[in-house]
Amino acid sequence: MFDSVKNENFVIVSVAMDGDVEAARPWIEAASPGFITLIDQNHLLSSLYNMFNVPQAVWIDESGTIVRPVETGGSLDILKEYDPVAGAFKPEAVERSKRAKSTYIDAVKDWAMNGSASSFLFDPDEARDRVPSMSNEIAQAHAKFQLGQYLKRNGRNDEAETAFDESRRLHPDSWNIYRETAERTPSGLAAGEEFWQKVRSLGDKQYYATIDMEGMPD
Amino acid sequence: MVTVLTETSATEVAAQSGESHSKDELWLSGIETTEITGWSMKPEGFCKDDVCVPTPSGRADSFVWGDTVNVSAFWDLMGKPVVRNANADVWLLGEGASNRNDALLSLEAPNFTLPDLDGNLHSLTDFRGKRVLLITWASW
Repeated sequence: MFDSVKNENFVIVSVAMDGDVEAARPWIEAASPGFITLIDQNHLLSSLYNMFNVPQAVWIDESGTIVRPVETGGSLDILKEYDPVAGAFKPEAVERSKRAKSTYIDAVKDWAMNGSASSFLFDPDEARDRVPSMSNEIAQAHAKFQLGQYLKRNGRNDEAETAFDESRRLHPDSWNIYRETAERTPSGLAAGEEFWQKVRSLGDKQYYATIDMEGMPD
Repeated sequence: MVTVLTETSATEVAAQSGESHSKDELWLSGIETTEITGWSMKPEGFCKDDVCVPTPSGRADSFVWGDTVNVSAFWDLMGKPVVRNANADVWLLGEGASNRNDALLSLEAPNFTLPDLDGNLHSLTDFRGKRVLLITWASW
């Protein structure tokens, strides 16, 4: 996706939120070797950056300062436009989704080239306004999830499930917690009937929040 | 044995014996407490760097007993999550929401150290001096 964004002052750090390293391996091995890909079995980044879905992106400048807080990268909220009968997204949604992706990639390129002169950066106050606030319940959910991941890695599945149940209850908005701990389809996706039911029950809520970037389609 | 987890470590400690503590309490020796959490008992209270949480007056015995520290009670007092399994032989000392929010609002990107596929560790701070696009994804 970002193959064409090359600059010696710019690096992409991609992080797989995968409890199971082997599930992530084929994806990583197929990816561009220019990427640095790390594996986050405990979803530490969800806790550190208050993330609750994937993909999410954060822009960090040369001094380690966040210049675009956590946001959905180039993914558009078209999940509810999936047509289960056709087994595909509606063509119009696919088109908008492509535009969102290319708009986002162009913005990343602009930043990679121009650094602090890029018009896509937020100033500190704007950035702070866009930092999602973490509740005590969310912090508790991350702790339960990490406890569960440890128990699961040690073969203590029943105890892990108890911890995951509590984690999902404490942070019902987290797709990361839900999907990591949900049943997988044969192709490895946590996108069974229950997932689609959860998507439908979002109502007016978005699966991916629309990002605040010039040129982004709705 | 009891396993004490933090967000970045897993440590086995000998189960507390002799005294009968509630399953809701995690008591560690002073040395273990410092090794695992970075916090230490000092005359001023439970301390790390220049922060000290005073031991609640009148309830000192339920926080410190001889050389042992009720880490779960201090964790709770600080508003940080402390969770365990039903047997109370695996504990996790988590980070609290207010610390997370303060860190994010400082706009200094929270550092982390994670492995690549070959097990080599990389930290966000390794990339200081470059612009970093941090992107998460998952196979599921």
